[in-house]
Amino acid sequence: MAELWDGYLWPLIVIIAKIVLIVGPLLIAVAYLTYAERKVIGAMQMRKGPNVVGPFGLLQPMADGVKLFLKETVIPTGANRVVFVLAPVLTFFLALVAWAVIPFSEGWVLADINVGILYLFAISSLGVYGIIMAGWASNSKYAFLGGLRSAGQMVSYEVSIGFVLVAVLLTAGSLNLSKIVEAQRSVWFVIPHLPMFVIFYISGLAETNRCPFDLPEAESELVAGYNVEYSAMTFAQFFLGEYANMILMAAMGAILFLGGWLPPFDVAPFNWLPGIVWFFLKIAFLLFGFLWVRATFPRYRYDQLMRLGWKVFLPFSLFWVVLTAGVLLALGRLPQG
Amino acid sequence: MIVQALMFYVFAAVAVAGAVMVISARNPVHSVLYLILVFFNAAGLFLLLGAEFLAMMLVIVYVGAVAVLFLFVVMMLDINTLRLREGFLQYLPTGAVVGLILLVELAMAGGGWVFASDVEELRAVPVLSEISNTEALGRVMYTDYLYPFQTAGVVLLVAMVGSIMLTLRRRPDARRQNIAAQLARHKKDTLEIKKVPSGGGI
Repeated sequence: MAELWDGYLWPLIVIIAKIVLIVGPLLIAVAYLTYAERKVIGAMQMRKGPNVVGPFGLLQPMADGVKLFLKETVIPTGANRVVFVLAPVLTFFLALVAWAVIPFSEGWVLADINVGILYLFAISSLGVYGIIMAGWASNSKYAFLGGLRSAGQMVSYEVSIGFVLVAVLLTAGSLNLSKIVEAQRSVWFVIPHLPMFVIFYISGLAETNRCPFDLPEAESELVAGYNVEYSAMTFAQFFLGEYANMILMAAMGAILFLGGWLPPFDVAPFNWLPGIVWFFLKIAFLLFGFLWVRATFPRYRYDQLMRLGWKVFLPFSLFWVVLTAGVLLALGRLPQG
Repeated sequence: MIVQALMFYVFAAVAVAGAVMVISARNPVHSVLYLILVFFNAAGLFLLLGAEFLAMMLVIVYVGAVAVLFLFVVMMLDINTLRLREGFLQYLPTGAVVGLILLVELAMAGGGWVFASDVEELRAVPVLSEISNTEALGRVMYTDYLYPFQTAGVVLLVAMVGSIMLTLRRRPDARRQNIAAQLARHKKDTLEIKKVPSGGGI
């Protein structure tokens, strides 16, 4: 009995507590990211943004959440019911599950696995299923076109993200996210890999279907794309998943290029702040860029989007991987197994 | 260990049940979705074996790329399941014969299988306890098996180029965007500013 308790039950309780500690703040962060988005874009367009519910409109996300919760879930008659309901659940689930390997600070990670970066890549490549399933199951032209566009777009940009990851992990010499952060103690990877960081950021925008690559939900032509037919909580799950994915992309950018929880300089005023605060500051910085881009750029045309992914990013990132390997070999810094 | 054993049976059972559903589901899209479920459980089995690199690669390559394209194509096909079932009895004898032959061949190949006596020495297995299995795979793949690995890559490349060549249609009438030409335009070549006196016209 004692063996069962020590071996399985107690670790299980600890893991569940950790999951709650990650998912709870994450959902609050998602809620306030929507608020931040409306405020930031409002400020950029010289509007006020939400300012009615609560002081400075701070309770607006809660009001939106309650509204969506109380609405009726409508399932279209011609829809494939099981897949229709499964799609938003899958999107939401995948957006949360990826956070298992994110190191928030030194040793603050739920699962410190050896192939952390591959796990993140695998989970983010699955994100397309929620959208393509939703598009098909809705039995609607707009949703289907949105789903197909999204599938093409996400598969294309994943390829260049893959090569970006290869360049980073060649330099770090490990697939473990904590070790990748530790490898940036002398210099953040954004400095030697600046072009890769730009490619990663733009591909991240495309991967999360954010403006200027939000063709899957282009409201001027597809009404709302893959989520036209969704209402109430099913829609909310898509929405939460999408924003959680944005935060995840920003976290990946912070870990791979901006040194994760490390302070910019390891000297007095900077290393007073705990690592997790630096990590959150970096995520917030990258997220602000996401919002800024949305307020600034018009939407891409689909053929231009494909051209950028396949004819610009892919050859360049491939070239950069070869260059990185060559430079590391010449300097004798290639990771030795 | 009991949890591992339990997980093995869960993954294995779901994988087998999913595989049965792949061939018995009426809707082809459902078939592909069940296939994805099977891939997932296979990845789970790899994880239980301690082969986490293979598990992740299975998810990235098969689930993240191959199955997406499957789903993409199957969704766009307008398959009438009723018409597909019409010829079922007609094709049954041929299918049964082919299946039977394959089964017998497999049984013969499997039954006559004997491990070579020196197979243990031939296995290029690095000691797993010292290094992670990602490293172990890399060491073997890029040293002992470099040429087979590269050949596999070249075969894939040839297949890719071949399929592109087969489906490529040259369309001289298509209007393509020439970005360099667009960027090379100057204001003074294309734009002329005129002072228009009011009521005078140009």
